[in-house]
Amino acid sequence: MTAMADTSLTSVERKRSRPLNIGAILLGALTVICAAIWFFPVFWALSTSLKTDDEAVRRGIGLLPEAPTLDGYLYVIRNSDLPFWYLNSTITSVAVTVIAVFMAACAGYAISQLRFPGRTLLWWTILASFMVPVQALIVNHFIIMASVKLLNTHLGIILPMLITPVTVIVYKQFFDSLPREFREAAVMDGANEFQLLFRVFLPMNWGITTALAIITFIGAWNSFLWPFLAAQNEKMMTVTVGITAVQDTFGVAYARLMAGAVLAGLPVALAYIIFQRRVTQAITLSAGIKG
Amino acid sequence: MLKSRRNEMLVAAVLVAPFVFIYGWMFVYPTLQMVQLSFTNAPLIGPGKWIGLDNYKRLFGDRVFGTAVWNTTYFVLLTVIPGTAVALGIALMVSRLNGWFQSLILSAFFLPFVLPITVVYLIWDWLLNLQFGIAQYIIGPIMGKPMNVWRTIPWFMPGVAIITIWWTNGFSILLFLAGLRNIPKELYEAAALDGATRWQVFTRITWPLIWPVTVLCLTIQLILQLKIFDQVYLFSLGGRTAATMVMVQYIFEQAFQKNSGGYAATVAVALFVIVIAFSVFQYQVLRIRGAR
Repeated sequence: MTAMADTSLTSVERKRSRPLNIGAILLGALTVICAAIWFFPVFWALSTSLKTDDEAVRRGIGLLPEAPTLDGYLYVIRNSDLPFWYLNSTITSVAVTVIAVFMAACAGYAISQLRFPGRTLLWWTILASFMVPVQALIVNHFIIMASVKLLNTHLGIILPMLITPVTVIVYKQFFDSLPREFREAAVMDGANEFQLLFRVFLPMNWGITTALAIITFIGAWNSFLWPFLAAQNEKMMTVTVGITAVQDTFGVAYARLMAGAVLAGLPVALAYIIFQRRVTQAITLSAGIKG
Repeated sequence: MLKSRRNEMLVAAVLVAPFVFIYGWMFVYPTLQMVQLSFTNAPLIGPGKWIGLDNYKRLFGDRVFGTAVWNTTYFVLLTVIPGTAVALGIALMVSRLNGWFQSLILSAFFLPFVLPITVVYLIWDWLLNLQFGIAQYIIGPIMGKPMNVWRTIPWFMPGVAIITIWWTNGFSILLFLAGLRNIPKELYEAAALDGATRWQVFTRITWPLIWPVTVLCLTIQLILQLKIFDQVYLFSLGGRTAATMVMVQYIFEQAFQKNSGGYAATVAVALFVIVIAFSVFQYQVLRIRGAR
């Protein structure tokens, strides 16, 4: 019955909207044009990166390279510290992701499910660190890292980037939303709190953990200000910082510069394209609305 | 019973230990140290003398700090409301599409958001390059001659604002799409039966129901853009930075280029106060929204 009602409704709707179809087509076309304009800078960078340096600065608009070449990429890989930067970025981003997400899951679980003194204070600290601009702490992070001799080390880059309060907030809200019966049943079965967290609660929704991990990874890979301050030695830089540091040494070589830019953005762009749904979920979760 | 209570506390202590350690060392301690440092004349590294409120007195008479506050405010004005409006427009267009086509179009709009800022900088610096940039084919005819956007002070902030909107808009677009999806289909069907026009549907149904998400986007963007540094720093490299200074950049300059840690900390405290004031405001707005 409801199904029939539905079909009749859509046919009514279809009849009514027929005169508007031209409008719909125009809107669709406009959407595609806007998307193309929006994406153009990225396309242009890709296209330039596949040209020769001479072709890149030739007059006129050559949308596609005449003879695509990987010379720009090879030059950047061979003549800069890019392999080191890739290694540094991978080490620091993976470490930040693993430590921050693990720490957040544990803390979020404890604050949500356990009663202990200092719980409220802890929660307020998290909310405070959520509101506070971490950028304002750069001076003191630098002083602290200098005093323990961690500047120009991976650990020195990692530590200040572990302040990601949103992950704790999302985990706490997730654990809050679980029915209490699960916990009671598991406790009856003699499970301890650690088993509860890692064997019952987290596996119930790996999606949340994956989503938070991906967005934390992208955020860590993209961090600029702190890695820029903490790694003064060129061999210790992350990709994000490094590709602008060598801008001058490449000279007027835009194909090479764009090749460097594409290489720096590639891992995060791929992470997004592969895990599109999780990235969307992480963003709506972190803003606190249902996706 | 007592034993299980003590056990619970022990487990909690183990679970929160890494968190307490990191946040204590990397958040609470630096925050307190920052306040303490702001009352001294310390260099970046090394001890300084206690000078009371001198740094704060200096702050109020500091013209560059005034410029930094003004530029930050100007940047917020240029990005927050225009950016949110553009995001809503794009979300409305994308929400009309379906299936793989929608994902494809959404990806085109969202992809810039996941790119590192330095990549965004390199791409746009190339697009707007004075001699070879493809955007000069548009700028040239409009302005009469090719223009170096980053060395033309009146165009600097609007230029950075446009690029920032291009870069960060994906976030708001996703929130708007989620909000639009939560509007019951029946409302639109009923409106279609009543023969409502597109404009009526938007003003009577979509706009009122998407308003809470709009407020959310506006406040998130506001807090985010107050902390602007990366783009402004990168595009002002080699230029007259005093004219295009923003607040975080001034902290950076005082600490790392002028070697005055104490005064940098004072600027940082000022930024702290401003951002917290806006955050509390945001929190209140969200609470009112939640209560309704």
